Amino acid sequence: MDVMPKWAEVVLVPLISLLLAAILSALVILAIGEDPIAAVNLMVTGALGSTYGWGYTLYYATNFMFTGLAVAVAFHAGLFNIGGEGQAMLGGLGVALVCLFIPWPHWTIAVLAATVGAAVFGALWAAIPAYLQARRGSHIVITTIMFNFIAAAVLNYMLVNILRPAGSMDPATERFPEAVHLPSLHDLLTPFGIAFSKAAPANVSLVIAVIACVLVWVLIWRTPLGLEIRSYGKSHRAASYAGIGAVRITMIAMLISGGLAGMMAINNVMGEAERLVLNAVEGAGFIGIAVALMGRSHPFGVFLAAILFGFLYQGGAELALWTSIPRELIVVIQALVILFTGALDNMVRMPLERIFLAIRRGGTT
Amino acid sequence: MTLMQKFLGATAGLALSAGAALAEPALIFDLGGKFDKSFNEAAFNGAQRWSEETGNSFREIELQSEAQREQALRRFAEAGANPIVMAGFAFADALGQVAADYPETKFTIIDMVVDAPNVRSVVFNEHEGSYLVGMMAAKASESGTVGFIGGMDIPLIRKFACGYAQGVKAANPDATVVANMTGTTPAAWNDPVKGSELTKAQISQGADVVYAAAGGTGVGVLQTAADENILSIGVDSNQNYLHPGKVLTSMMKRVDNAVYQAFTDGSDMETGFNVMGLANGGVGYALDDNNASLVSAEMQAAVDAASAQIASGELVVHDYMSDDSCPALNF
Repeated sequence: MDVMPKWAEVVLVPLISLLLAAILSALVILAIGEDPIAAVNLMVTGALGSTYGWGYTLYYATNFMFTGLAVAVAFHAGLFNIGGEGQAMLGGLGVALVCLFIPWPHWTIAVLAATVGAAVFGALWAAIPAYLQARRGSHIVITTIMFNFIAAAVLNYMLVNILRPAGSMDPATERFPEAVHLPSLHDLLTPFGIAFSKAAPANVSLVIAVIACVLVWVLIWRTPLGLEIRSYGKSHRAASYAGIGAVRITMIAMLISGGLAGMMAINNVMGEAERLVLNAVEGAGFIGIAVALMGRSHPFGVFLAAILFGFLYQGGAELALWTSIPRELIVVIQALVILFTGALDNMVRMPLERIFLAIRRGGTT
Repeated sequence: MTLMQKFLGATAGLALSAGAALAEPALIFDLGGKFDKSFNEAAFNGAQRWSEETGNSFREIELQSEAQREQALRRFAEAGANPIVMAGFAFADALGQVAADYPETKFTIIDMVVDAPNVRSVVFNEHEGSYLVGMMAAKASESGTVGFIGGMDIPLIRKFACGYAQGVKAANPDATVVANMTGTTPAAWNDPVKGSELTKAQISQGADVVYAAAGGTGVGVLQTAADENILSIGVDSNQNYLHPGKVLTSMMKRVDNAVYQAFTDGSDMETGFNVMGLANGGVGYALDDNNASLVSAEMQAAVDAASAQIASGELVVHDYMSDDSCPALNF
């Protein structure tokens, strides 16, 4: 039986981690002579105080949902895919090619094709490390992170030499045609009488991200393949004894993972920028790791954690705009949250488990 | 949990009292950072000068990545900042989208032209200023070989290089110009290590004067030139003070004046297309105590004569961006 009740595991551990990160961040802000209460206040109003703020928070959250799901699926198979960054970059290339070179009559068809394009490019980028892991035993952590650099170089090359329109100085593709413009939340909510900010980039991809969360849940817990993935992740040897092929599961899990990471591009490339720029991913591939860890690799947890990180991202951007807190320190604050919620999980969990054990002993004797 | 509740309660209370209106001007720096000692810093200095003279404050932001350009623009426009000045050609596309959504807000873009009724586009004749420092480089060089180190390889930087090479050839037709670019992406604006390596490579090819037109990368170029005991030429801001007696001069691109002017004109600014050249003080070369000993009277006389000729239109320096080719330099 588990040491902690389920609610403590799901609610208490992340909350305490978050609180610790908040306290440390407050100390950091105090140390540079700014007011931490005012800073939190600014983050909350900036990220959640207006439909404009919500629009950006949800936009970032959409990115993190895709990359968080990508990491979560690989986690279930016991694989640590930290190449979400590169897979999402390549996904962007897929979206750009689909949108630029095929004349689409309407965005509904274009978004389906772009989703496929993004997923295929992302999955292909994940396929090489997956193959190397499955067949050659090259460690997937090393290969996926190295593939991030290769992806950045590929994108540099494509944008500087091939996709940059003639006469332009900025290494970016030209704008996608008007027909593939994705409706923003403003466009979607206006028919319902809800006035949502026109300027915010949150768009229909959010709906696709939520659908992806549901589909991943179905896949992992309601299909035979999901069972195979989970059993392989729990114990490789037991799984192979049960006739589950290691190569097959590694490849499938990584292809799904890479595809999900790539699909992020329909949000940031097709939905927001409407062209492919350098650094379009903005670190979302790495945030996805923290999102999956915090969300316990469960799609619903990923959904919530993605919104939290969307809030942190947008709140951080607001801090950079309206205070003299330098941008490096904002990165420090975001990193503290990632550190506590993602990496230092056991620091909170173990004392908590001890407390619960003590309570239980106290109850039985 | 009570602590958490108090914490949240306090923020909710404060949240209600926040959100003051604002009509301050705003400045957006491009990648490379505000204190790059060059382009962005020139923009900052102009804003700072305006702020000191008028006693008013302004808003500013440093970008962290390419993808943030549109958000920074929209956020300032949404908050009512007016005018909004952005330093850098790369804002053109984002501004083209945003300007139409905020017709009441005035925008100024430096180094690029955006055709919209509420946008002022300021471009500089960098080839003219580069021509002058090219003449000085050729006159100061003993080896007959001078170097050029550009930031990102784009037509704008080639325009610097081409003007420079023309100036060099005008002063010494037999001189050799070695030109290198730091990279092909915006990261090339802030890579002092690579700038330093390129400087060493150019020194090994015989260069004894190196002109850096590379934003923050130039800091590495100037440092290495000073360490290796050759002369360097700074760009955009006056960089003579960085290594006194080692920096021959700086090609001044008065980005500070453009920002200052935009802030002074405020929300009633005249929009349209502004060209800042030698004739109206938009570009020039820097002369101060730090480099006085390096610039001979003969050198100064020759450069001032050329400057007057260019300003009057008597001497035309070829602009690389007019036809994407350079008569004095092959890239």
